Amino acid sequence: MSGCNECRSCSDTPLLEFPESAARPKAVALIGPPNSGKTTLFNRLTGLRQKVANFPGVTVEQHSGIAELPDGRAARIIDLPGVYSLSPRSEDEQVAHDVLTGAKPGTEKPEAILLVLDSTNLQRHLMLAAPILSLGVPTLIILNMADDLRNRGGHLDLEALEGQLGAPVALISARQDEGIERVWEFLAGAMLKPSPRELPVLQDVPKCRQWAGRMGSNANYHPPAPPKWTRRLDSVFLHPIGGPLVFAAVLVLVFQTIFSYATPLMDAVTWLFVSSGNWFASQLPWPLLRSLVEVVWVKGCGSVIVFLPQVLLLYLFIGILEDSGYLARAALIADRTMARFGLQGKSFIPLLSAHACAVPAIMATRTIENKRDRFATILIAPFMTCSARLQVYLLIIAAFIPNRPILGALLSARTAAMLGLYLLGFLTAVVTARILKSSILRSGRTPFLLEMPSYRWPTVQSIGLRLVDRGKVFLRRVGTVILVVTAILFVLTKLPLIHGQAPPIEDSLAGTIGRTIEPAIKPLGFNWKIGIGLITALASRETIISSLGSIYGMDESNKAGLQQALRRDLTPGGALALLIFFAFAMQCISTIAVVRRETGGWKWPALQFAYMSVLAYVGAFVAFHVVR
Amino acid sequence: MQLSVNSSEPEAILKSLVDLRRGDAAVLDRIDMPGDDARRLMELGFLPGTTVTAGQSAPGGDPRVFQVDGSEIALRRETARRLKVRPTRRPAR
Repeated sequence: MSGCNECRSCSDTPLLEFPESAARPKAVALIGPPNSGKTTLFNRLTGLRQKVANFPGVTVEQHSGIAELPDGRAARIIDLPGVYSLSPRSEDEQVAHDVLTGAKPGTEKPEAILLVLDSTNLQRHLMLAAPILSLGVPTLIILNMADDLRNRGGHLDLEALEGQLGAPVALISARQDEGIERVWEFLAGAMLKPSPRELPVLQDVPKCRQWAGRMGSNANYHPPAPPKWTRRLDSVFLHPIGGPLVFAAVLVLVFQTIFSYATPLMDAVTWLFVSSGNWFASQLPWPLLRSLVEVVWVKGCGSVIVFLPQVLLLYLFIGILEDSGYLARAALIADRTMARFGLQGKSFIPLLSAHACAVPAIMATRTIENKRDRFATILIAPFMTCSARLQVYLLIIAAFIPNRPILGALLSARTAAMLGLYLLGFLTAVVTARILKSSILRSGRTPFLLEMPSYRWPTVQSIGLRLVDRGKVFLRRVGTVILVVTAILFVLTKLPLIHGQAPPIEDSLAGTIGRTIEPAIKPLGFNWKIGIGLITALASRETIISSLGSIYGMDESNKAGLQQALRRDLTPGGALALLIFFAFAMQCISTIAVVRRETGGWKWPALQFAYMSVLAYVGAFVAFHVVR
Repeated sequence: MQLSVNSSEPEAILKSLVDLRRGDAAVLDRIDMPGDDARRLMELGFLPGTTVTAGQSAPGGDPRVFQVDGSEIALRRETARRLKVRPTRRPAR
């Protein structure tokens, strides 16, 4: 799906407006190394729901939100991407740097800083305290993940550290909501400028590290034991043979669940939607209005809504992979394959999340330091099978491929077909990357550095909230874009009126448009009805389902439903051609817009659109003529 | 940037992180990389004089995870080759 909750971050406007009455709230920046839990704390303080996960680089641009202080005043909290130092190397670090130094246009320089560090790795993370304290802005140093530190037997003397650093220090666990009072006190109380006893030469990394080490040992910092479970899990997940097997098993499990175990949920949604919609339609006065509701809402939008369980399951799995820390391991396993295609393992993380939606994935490429690598990743991300494509695939596969087991209960023919389509998207993407990287985007290699986070249990709360958000976005989309496009289509099928009667659908405006483009799509095995669907899919891919649902739903001779109607109108070759067309075509306005924004012009999105369209047409043509 | 803590060490016997097998530890001597790249590695903990332990790797041994300064960082072979270490005895395990 191309519209997504992450897109709240697409807009440049702040998430919340300032309260009109109060004085302008002071701006407070949240800064810290990647994956230290800044966004988790941000969400605690502001009650907002920015995306958090367990890998470095989840936040790629600034977000801001209002924290209401206990005394009624407010502070504006700015959540920044993670940085290792104040000398930026990648796009997301540049954002953080510019906001802190007041160089970012449109964002005021923060009056105070919350520096979030991982308490389980204090001495290295304290290195960042030196450049931050030298800014001379009131700063609270927050040592996060107190629960991990305690459980693994680490400890430190907070007061001694405060004395050393000349700034207040709080030991908290943002995830467990522990110790946050200190942060509130800081925000509400007097903010004193820091007065550190000594600061190192900032440009000299070894000196900074020595300084940080001294601060830690003077505060009697006892580092925690190495994460035992992370080591144990890694010896399975990164095992030379076991690792890739687990990786493959995870993928098969995801798809098998989406196909088989989601069916009862899907049936329940269908029943609920169809029966309530039909009841509502029967209450309406005029036949035309009744048929509008039946065709557009029940048969059109209804055929999209049934995919809600599958889309949520997909997000559930992606959420678990992200929050547990497994995603970084998957990137590690994939790195060599990616290197063969001229990319690096870091590109793998955006590409994996593009399986939900290409828009946030394209924004996530900001963590890639090398600009040419980043552009290559942006250009190939839309080939990944997003959740909108998933719905189209589910419909066509269910209509044309029998549910036959291949490997017993483990793998059915439908699951295999779906895996094949995902593989097709992935392979096309990496081959395209190879072409780009050996021609227009050739570049020297930048070293690949990826920090492996410790494994953590995904919390029910974090994943649950994300699913609720996703569900809302999905329904909002069905209720807006898809509903409007399907309704316009309905009107176009009823015009022009002949003697006050709607014409046969072939002679309607919609039918005329469809038959006008038919010569262009006939070589792909599509008739004019599919053609209309393809046009509406330009709004977003899954709209083709609601369009076809309503076009076939109007046809009185066809009572058997969308799948049977498709079987009647498409040969197996035509169905394959349709799948291939959807696998390659860039039918998503939001993606085009975000590519334009991230690459700073129309050149790249135009090239990408042309390339993907040609590939879609040629691919579908070949598929239709080979299979028939 | 070439950082050397002990420059009297003759180049020929300096090994690099690539030569460490899983579980081996060695003291980092210097980073043979351009300034910016070396700086980033140092910010992640790869400072000359620090002990680095080789950990798990992706299938085929590349990239490999290294434990350094309390974190686990994955490096490709081509990068690890440029991180020279002082020769040490294999730790008794």
